[in-house]
Amino acid sequence: MTALDEVKIGGMGASRRRVEDNRFIRGKGNYLDDITLPGMLHMEILRSPVAHARINSIDTSKAWAMPGVRLVLTGEMMASRNLAWMPTLSYDTQAVLATDKVRFQGQEVACVIADDPYIAKDACQAIVVDYEPLPVIVNPQQSMAESAPVIRDDKVNQPDNVIYDWEVGDKESTDRAFAEADVVSKLELHYPRSHPSPIECCASIADFDRATSKLTVYLTTQAPHIIRAAVALVAELPEHMIRVISPDIGGGFGNKVPVYPGYVASILASILLERPVKWIEDRTGNLISTGFARDVYLQGELALRRDGKILGVRMNTLADHGAFFSDAQPSKFKIGLIHSAFACYDIPTAHLQARGVYTNKAPGGVAYRCSFRVTEAMFFQERMVQAAADDLGMDQAEFRRVNFVRDDDFPHRTPFGFLTDSGQYAKCLDVGLEAIGYQDFLKEKEEAAKRGRLLGIGISTMTEPLGAGNSREYDILGIKMFDSAELRIHMTGKALLRTGAKSQGQGHETTWAQIVAHELGIPAQDVVVEEGDTDTAPFGMGTYASRSTPVAGAAVAMVSRKIRAKARKIAAHLLEISEEDVEWELGRFYVRSNPERGVTIQECAAAAYSNMPDGMEPGLENVAYYDPPNLTWPFACYIATVEVDPETGVWDVLRVVAVDDCGVRINPMIVEGQIMGGLTEAYAMANMQFITFDEEGNCIGANFTDYLLPTAWETPGFELHEVVTPCPHHPIGAKGIGECAAVGGPAAFVNAVMNALQGTGVRNIDMPVFPDRVFRALQTREDIGGAPPVRAEV
Amino acid sequence: MSPAGCPRPEEEPAIYPSRLKYEAPRSLEEAAALLADGGGDAKILAGGQSLVPMLKLRFASPEMLVDINELPGLGYHQRDPDGTIRIGALCRHASLEASPLLAQHQPTMMAAAPLVADPIVRNRGTLVGSLCHADPQGDWASVMTALDASVVAHSGRGRRTIAIRDLVSGPFQNTLAIDEIAVEAVVPPPQGVAAGGYLKLERRVGDFATAGVAVAIDRVGNDVVRAGIGLTGVGGSTISADEAAGILVGGPLSAEAIGEAAELAARAAQPHSDHRGSADYKRQLVRVFTRRLLSGLMTSSEEAA
Amino acid sequence: MTSLFEEISPTPADEVPVRQITLTVNGQRRSAVVEPRLLLVHLLRQGFRLTGTHIGCDTTNCGACTVLFDGTPIKSCTMLAVQTDGHEVMTVEGLAGPSELHAIQEGFKEEHGLQCGFCTPGMMMTSKALLEENPNPTEDEIRWALGGNLCRCTGYQNIVKAVMWAAGKLDGAGGGENAETEEVTS
Repeated sequence: MTALDEVKIGGMGASRRRVEDNRFIRGKGNYLDDITLPGMLHMEILRSPVAHARINSIDTSKAWAMPGVRLVLTGEMMASRNLAWMPTLSYDTQAVLATDKVRFQGQEVACVIADDPYIAKDACQAIVVDYEPLPVIVNPQQSMAESAPVIRDDKVNQPDNVIYDWEVGDKESTDRAFAEADVVSKLELHYPRSHPSPIECCASIADFDRATSKLTVYLTTQAPHIIRAAVALVAELPEHMIRVISPDIGGGFGNKVPVYPGYVASILASILLERPVKWIEDRTGNLISTGFARDVYLQGELALRRDGKILGVRMNTLADHGAFFSDAQPSKFKIGLIHSAFACYDIPTAHLQARGVYTNKAPGGVAYRCSFRVTEAMFFQERMVQAAADDLGMDQAEFRRVNFVRDDDFPHRTPFGFLTDSGQYAKCLDVGLEAIGYQDFLKEKEEAAKRGRLLGIGISTMTEPLGAGNSREYDILGIKMFDSAELRIHMTGKALLRTGAKSQGQGHETTWAQIVAHELGIPAQDVVVEEGDTDTAPFGMGTYASRSTPVAGAAVAMVSRKIRAKARKIAAHLLEISEEDVEWELGRFYVRSNPERGVTIQECAAAAYSNMPDGMEPGLENVAYYDPPNLTWPFACYIATVEVDPETGVWDVLRVVAVDDCGVRINPMIVEGQIMGGLTEAYAMANMQFITFDEEGNCIGANFTDYLLPTAWETPGFELHEVVTPCPHHPIGAKGIGECAAVGGPAAFVNAVMNALQGTGVRNIDMPVFPDRVFRALQTREDIGGAPPVRAEV
Repeated sequence: MSPAGCPRPEEEPAIYPSRLKYEAPRSLEEAAALLADGGGDAKILAGGQSLVPMLKLRFASPEMLVDINELPGLGYHQRDPDGTIRIGALCRHASLEASPLLAQHQPTMMAAAPLVADPIVRNRGTLVGSLCHADPQGDWASVMTALDASVVAHSGRGRRTIAIRDLVSGPFQNTLAIDEIAVEAVVPPPQGVAAGGYLKLERRVGDFATAGVAVAIDRVGNDVVRAGIGLTGVGGSTISADEAAGILVGGPLSAEAIGEAAELAARAAQPHSDHRGSADYKRQLVRVFTRRLLSGLMTSSEEAA
Repeated sequence: MTSLFEEISPTPADEVPVRQITLTVNGQRRSAVVEPRLLLVHLLRQGFRLTGTHIGCDTTNCGACTVLFDGTPIKSCTMLAVQTDGHEVMTVEGLAGPSELHAIQEGFKEEHGLQCGFCTPGMMMTSKALLEENPNPTEDEIRWALGGNLCRCTGYQNIVKAVMWAAGKLDGAGGGENAETEEVTS
């Protein structure tokens, strides 16, 4: 008997074409707005046009009078039901509908529920709100000023606009390192506000059935179980009477993790009206009010020895959280995992101080493929590394090599407390340098400079923590961050797998089946995968922060092994031998001393229903909850080459090389797709994506005319390479990958532009590196910051 | 809408237009009569790629739309024997982008057509509609300005020709009477051999211009006998850089004249500082684009001189 | 086919302007009574329940709503339903033949040209029109033609490959492997 070919049955390593595609390419996806329920009504939200103001009055009478209007909700009505405020995933509170004040432009003020969305919009326009403007705060410096108004005067014990102060590392030993340094390299940066902006906006359909007392909520959510827990808390409905269904989602990128006021308002409306209520956000609502990303300031310093060794790292970060602290992030880490910075380098000592403040802007910060602020960490890291190498007059690659953690130096404890377990950082860099033709490019750059052309090359190397996370350190609202998989093998050997994850394009229906195929030899096409319905899926914390392969994927492997263990017993029974004599190869158990004699996994499945050993429980199914022992540590090297037009500041990308190590790759095609998506977002952030504010708190970047996303025309092509270092603790050796390129990529582009400007004395231009900023830098020979407010000349 | 062309969220954006009436006349006379009866509350719907977005955001709430897409015989663009180029009201940007006629005879328009909006919007949007929309960020307006074009307006009272520089009275405001329909744009015949181009800084396809420059020159032999320079996005409306253009007339192109023209064009610009860039930066773009366009038009004999 | 029942609102609305239109959708003649302000995309999605065409923005930028109007790609969020009277509209639901997928659909699956799938119908409609006009486009020509369709997931590189795959198949030059084969490795 020949063994099964794992790739042929769609096991690991197969670039299996996606199961999801079958419905998407036919236009038969089941996205939220595609769902219609009998008697469904439509909800629209009235948003505040001003950034900070007292609400004197709200007159909804004209809206109520319009034909087709069923309900007009205001903050006052919600307050009488204790629903005007809701808890956030970061232990703060957020207004559902404003009562006393509005605190950011775009904040939800009222809702209209009507027979169709056109009428609901007409009625919203008829609502009259009397605002009394208050002074506006649009950046953290204003927020911390002595005379700054307190934005969260709704909170007890909130005398100012500071949310938290947090620190990690060793201040004393770091101070000593700086005192002993030959050179100190400093950099000040702003990682600007950006927005994940998936093409599908947020949406919900709340359906409360009075007859059964059950609330079903269809929701664009990456974490259906978290939503169920939140709704149980907020609406005070019993958890078993709440069902959250997350259907097909048109992109998440972290935008669809928080609980949004629209969800809560639609739920209340459904309960009051006893009819399904649908809320579809428009793009402006999405950009102006939902979870943005980043907006963190850095003052960073590296203590350096003359030969290039980093002796110490100092980071001082300031995060602009907007009006409410609403991020989804592990509760112990106020600024997420920003302290994972420098994990790939062997740093003796480091200290990080972090502060978070309120401003009159939309709430958020943790989103957009950030791995919980690791985007900020790695951008700051690689920008500081670039500046330091330049300050020392050292080659960029050489500086990194001097400082990398060595291959044989694992496990490695970073000065901020992370434990990395494996890596081949120098090899990864070498593969990248070889691919880009590093030395040749440097020569080309020199030649071009003689003719007044500015070429630049930017390197970004990093390792990042993915797969939150082990229960000792990670929780959201106290719920530990494990994940789960439930597998049932039918009697004909076909299977149903459900997990606590929720794909928004990552291809779980395809890849989880590949893990089952790997573990059990059941062809992937015989395994159907379901996610997203809290009534059927085992509890999980959802899909974001690239945690699914590390955690849910591990659970899939573990549950498959539990099933294999039971199947082994059945095999022994069928083969009439003792279990010790049973051997396994892909898809089949056989007699060790007589390999020709065996039974397939399918035969074992049939026997579980029709020919069980005495005393064995029938059936072949199990569930696994996986608490990861550690995070996984993918690593990467991204290199970009650019040419800058000195007369206009426009920069064009010449080439992009990406070298990624995400351990064992389940589906290489899907892995590459994730990397390319991340690189595009990296390019977008470096080049054009920008949400900013003017002095009055008007949001600039609240539609696709101002908030620029790259098209196929601007987006460069990508050359992908790989290094494979299996994760030592993951059951199939895999690591997370979805966010790596977005985490490490932006620095490659910015470093490339700064490299093109080498010799001008300019050390930093904040992202997005707009042409006008480059031009101004070349003219003034000064660093260019991009923090709000945007000033307009009249 | 603000002069920068960006809808401001305080205006309560939406995706659902306000209630309105609609007519799809079958003749120009019928269309004109509907406008006249509308008393200023009726608007023409042609490509709709500027108007429908405004309806959705409720920046425009006309009582009636007069859809002229079913009017026959307006989709043309053609060249008269004397070299005049006429573009009908329903001629789509995409037709111009793909036009062998423009490729052969009208280099400035040829250069601009692919840069208007994005390829799908170009399938519906019209040049004439774009001119009437009077967006200060509009690309065609500066092209037509550089070409000294005009627009023919039709009403129940007859027809009249409006020079391009008299068509716009402010951002998104044109000088058409409430009962007039623009039916054609007219580009006068070149006074020799036409040359020109269009450069625009857009940060991505479909972005409004940070700045744009349209250059059109006519040469007889080596001498420039007519020149026009139109500037996009650097003022409250399209700017005609007359002094800059004037410098070029009367002889062959030279590096000196080009340099001076670029400087004058930059000075003619009246940009605002905003999130696309400072006023100085936009002037720099005008300077650089003007210079690059004109330098690219130099013949080898001019270069040698 | 009209339903047997239509509810009448107890509070009669002020006179609402409506028009009857007749259009062909995916080869099928359909008639509807609509308010002039109804956007084409809403007629398709809510009226005709063809939910494959999606809405992704409110400023005519993203292209998720792209359909073919008399064979030409247009953004259906920026056309009024009434304007389709007497015209032909094709949506993603009309791409496949009676027994097989369109080469474009196969290409997108084969080359991993989609992840969340939300922009995909619009991408495919634009690509179909492109290949009909230009059966062998270069990479640049494909990227240029797709400038009105935004994607957040894929980075476009595989979308370009998908269109090239489809071009190869339509050209009869062999295209790629059989799209339905699961075991094919990259």
